Amino acid sequence: MGKTIAQKIFDSHIIDNPFEDIYVIRLDAVFCHEITTPIAINDLVSRGKDRVFDTSRIKAVIDHVTPAKDSKTALQGKILREWTRRHKINDFFDIGRNGVCHAIFPEKGFVRPGYTIIMGDSHTCTYGAFGAFGAGVGTTDLEVGILKGVCALGYPETIKINICGKIPDGVFAKDIILSIIGLIGVNGATNKVMEFAGPVVENMGMDARMTLCNMAIEAGATCGICAPDMTTVEYLWDFIKDEYKTKEAAQNDFSKYCSDPDATYEKIIDHDISILEPMVTFGYKPDNVKPASEMEGTKIDQVYIGSCTNGRIEDLRVAAKILKGNKISNALRGIVSPATTEIYRQALDEGIIATFLEAGFCVTNPTCGACLGMSNGIIAEGETCASTTNRNFSGRMGKGGMVHLMSPATAAATAIAGHITNSKLYKGK
Amino acid sequence: MKNFSGKVLFLNRSDINTDEIIPARYLTENTKEALKPYLLEDINLEGFDNKKDIEGKAVIITRENFGCGSSREHAPWAFEVNDINLVIAPSFARIYKRNMFNCGMMAVELPAETIDQIFSVFSNHDTDLETVFNDGLFILTAANIMESFEFRISGFDRALVEAGGWVDYADSKY
Ligand code: SF4
Repeated sequence: MGKTIAQKIFDSHIIDNPFEDIYVIRLDAVFCHEITTPIAINDLVSRGKDRVFDTSRIKAVIDHVTPAKDSKTALQGKILREWTRRHKINDFFDIGRNGVCHAIFPEKGFVRPGYTIIMGDSHTCTYGAFGAFGAGVGTTDLEVGILKGVCALGYPETIKINICGKIPDGVFAKDIILSIIGLIGVNGATNKVMEFAGPVVENMGMDARMTLCNMAIEAGATCGICAPDMTTVEYLWDFIKDEYKTKEAAQNDFSKYCSDPDATYEKIIDHDISILEPMVTFGYKPDNVKPASEMEGTKIDQVYIGSCTNGRIEDLRVAAKILKGNKISNALRGIVSPATTEIYRQALDEGIIATFLEAGFCVTNPTCGACLGMSNGIIAEGETCASTTNRNFSGRMGKGGMVHLMSPATAAATAIAGHITNSKLYKGK
Repeated sequence: MKNFSGKVLFLNRSDINTDEIIPARYLTENTKEALKPYLLEDINLEGFDNKKDIEGKAVIITRENFGCGSSREHAPWAFEVNDINLVIAPSFARIYKRNMFNCGMMAVELPAETIDQIFSVFSNHDTDLETVFNDGLFILTAANIMESFEFRISGFDRALVEAGGWVDYADSKY
């Protein structure tokens, strides 16, 4: 019987099946950030188990609150920093060289097709964009990952989502994933893998695939996943060119991580996006979605462009194209946070940062910051934020605030209009 | 093994996420104990007051998809330091459920109809729950009503509850 991508990766990593329904798998990488890792480190130290399974397979970044905003966040950074030094974890990215975890780790070539990866962060599902199995875990699982390079998980039953049709102008990966979450609900893929397939996905760049997979967790999925192809090879080529003679050889090798034609799926959903409109969330759950046109005129106090969902170069390009020659409305304020230092540099080179500044945006350093309401753009009680992030939970960006999730294009158009708007300012690709 | 019996707190809403259980602004704390006053501070639930309604409770009974969203293990910890070690719901988010058992706590699923029944019979009363772990039984009592419900957890989850967590177990075995 055929297998799905996730099942092929999973099967090739199983080392134990200690109980019915539970498999212990070997990990190719464990990623760490300064919010969930310090407690794991302290606990390992207090248990007399301050060890790591493999220094070269552990990567760490300070990204959630950077620069530190107070003594407590400074201490979290310090614990992580000292731990990487103590264990000679060389792939550690501190301020000045850092970026939001799910943007910087792929950018550095640490995510490869066929890999198993965990991180103490729910959006680890992003790495499926590369045909990898990435699962978010809590601190205890992270601790075991750091110590032993293993993780216990259930078998990855898969839901396939075939995305077909012609992408309408002004519609992006974010609108597609919001529409899918709206369709299946915040609980629609719990304990399952969401495999994104079909012509629309095949034609997507890596940045868009990461946006798609990033929000799989918002439907409860363990992981979002796409088949690795030539687009994946092109993205990774600088990192893998010593391993393969040609790009075709790499693609051929990666094809072992594609689903079999006779793979068994829990469910197959055909999603035609030909008439999809730009989407926006309206409540406190990511499945509360509506076309932006139905939210036209909704008052906004802050526009935020950034995060592991939509802070990549493609996202900034799209927003800048709309902002170019325009000023943002006096009714609101705008913040853009390029997701990594490299993206920031690229955006500077391309004149994108200048466009944001001329439009009246505040440009921050790469950080999660406002996305989870920790720093760099927290909103006040009763305020609303039009945001390219992934969660609109109650209090997410500040107690008593409301977050409307949307694409960078809709966020940019909203910034100019001063209220939520269906991006008519956007003219084609 | 932890204590899984005591007064019940009913949270009558589905999809309660971990940002509501413990907001990110408190993730800068480096001890579990420091989370205690902030449990359920941002919950979007009419009539609920986290300053008054949590005190003295030991068990949560709630609706579908409890613990969705962020992977933060601070969510189970915030319950743990408030002496709440058991959550009962029709379904849980994957990471949250794993985190609970990894800490030696319990996230137990009962059928949605059973939860409906429990809500309609007990949620307006001062309710006690007793867990008989070895028999897989919850006994609920309120005023002069008493009902018991069978529960099942997986072999792995049982082992973690008995071992008090996953770290030592994994370190000795792999
Ligand atoms: S950008 Fe937001 S969602 Fe992404 S890792 Fe940071 S806090 Fe989490």
